Amino acid sequence: MNEYKGIWAFSEDHSLLLEILGKGREIADKLETEVTAIVLGHNVKEKAEEAATYGADKVYLIDNPLLESFQSERYLSALTSLTFRYKPETFLIGSTKDGKALAARLATRLNTGCITDCIQLELTDEKKLVAKKIVYGGKGIATILWQVKPQIATIPLRTFTKLEFREKKGQIIQLDVELEEPKTRRLTVRPLEVSRIRVEEAEIIVSCGRGFEKKEDLALAEELAKVLNAQVGCSRPLAEDRKWFTEWIGLSGHKVKPKLYIALGISGVIQHVAGIRDSKVIVAINKDENAPIFEIADYAIVGDIHEIVPALIKAFQKCLQK
Amino acid sequence: MTEEAPRKISDFDKNALEEAIRIKECLGCEVVTVTVTAEEAKTTVKEALAMGADRAYVIKDPKIAGIDTLTTAKILAEAIKRLGAFDLILCGEASIDSFSGQVAARLAEILGIPLLTSANKVIVKDSDIIVERNLSSRYETVKAKMPALVSVTWGINQPRIPSLMAIMKASKKEIVEWNIEDLGFTSEKLESSDMTIEILDVSVPKIERKKRKLEGENAAETAEKLVKALIQEGVIGGGDF
Repeated sequence: MNEYKGIWAFSEDHSLLLEILGKGREIADKLETEVTAIVLGHNVKEKAEEAATYGADKVYLIDNPLLESFQSERYLSALTSLTFRYKPETFLIGSTKDGKALAARLATRLNTGCITDCIQLELTDEKKLVAKKIVYGGKGIATILWQVKPQIATIPLRTFTKLEFREKKGQIIQLDVELEEPKTRRLTVRPLEVSRIRVEEAEIIVSCGRGFEKKEDLALAEELAKVLNAQVGCSRPLAEDRKWFTEWIGLSGHKVKPKLYIALGISGVIQHVAGIRDSKVIVAINKDENAPIFEIADYAIVGDIHEIVPALIKAFQKCLQK
Repeated sequence: MTEEAPRKISDFDKNALEEAIRIKECLGCEVVTVTVTAEEAKTTVKEALAMGADRAYVIKDPKIAGIDTLTTAKILAEAIKRLGAFDLILCGEASIDSFSGQVAARLAEILGIPLLTSANKVIVKDSDIIVERNLSSRYETVKAKMPALVSVTWGINQPRIPSLMAIMKASKKEIVEWNIEDLGFTSEKLESSDMTIEILDVSVPKIERKKRKLEGENAAETAEKLVKALIQEGVIGGGDF
């Protein structure tokens, strides 16, 4: 007999929680088991209600002023108590930076395995859960199995999609647990000076690489992005070496999943490719016809960005403003 | 002060080491590196000593090959306990090979000390550690009492390249080698009950893309072709604009 049952989902990022519930629902249906969402916070009844309509059969809600904002030890102790008490077979946790550390610490307390940043979850013929994740800096995809339970996995934003709104509503169960004293204290929070929307949520991304030799040239990308209602991103060198951006797209930066990714002057090293592989359509413009980016592009233009991008701006303007 | 670098010095771990050396230069403490590796790691360890670490501990054992993050953290914890009191453990946010990012969190949990991840800036103030964390959408400043464990990001510093003099001086520094039995682990334990996950296979990612090269008489013509293709793909237009 298996004492561990059901699939749990938790993320302090509510939209990520709903995405995880979508996948959790799919697997639970195949396994004929239940999906439980864990909602922690203060005055978060609404979030619990929402989780209950987006795939959860059950929502364990802990509403406590001490949980108002994320605090590692408090959140960790809440999840630890729940896991010990109700023994989920699988626990899917949102792969934010805090979520990842939380999952690894929870797994340590439970003496179990944790697979971080899963890009896929599947069932084997024997109905065992396996996870896929990118390894070796994007050079490989590993298929991994848990040897012990509970099986803990972390899921990045935009990996799965949330369900359509459903009439069927799960049951909300309010619980109370003892919380540990924090070991860290947050002094200040300041938002990053990021432009408009987050790049991982953008539908269209115009991305700049080393082919941009002067900072002024970024205006080209900005203008193209404006015409397409797109978000501007970059590869690691522009952020790390040139400091023109604070964040970058790639394995070590943001993983993106737009419907259109336009790579301008990006050579396409494997780490960058790992971050854009799920884009629906990839366009690459590069003056080096041997650039590896062309191997993973749907549409390739060999040429100088200073010539091609202005032409593209005009062409897009013409067709989109009709 | 202790600094640890799991397996090889990947970029992230070099950042951790650099930060440890900078703290030493300010406050005059000792920097010790701890490496867990299945293979020979002399070159890497010597590089760490040349950068400015004072002593190095290497837990080298072929049985370590393929162990999971929980076991890696347990081995590190055992080694660190044997080194005596420390103020701070610095490590990279994730190792480059699997980018799992779990060892730091698991180690902090086993040692029962505060964990401060994604550090972009580290300040030691008396018995407190203050860290600025880069959390993608925001920066957070967090404070904890030492001893603590801090994982650092890529952007925190520029690791130094050791001078020839430093490299020569490093050859006199102490490297202590342990195997897992020295730390009280047995090979059976490493092989069986402690493995929490199993890698079934690693495949080369399949990327199926159209790879259509677009050309024209001039840039304008090429651009027109692309616009047409993207409209057909349904990724632009569609009345949203």
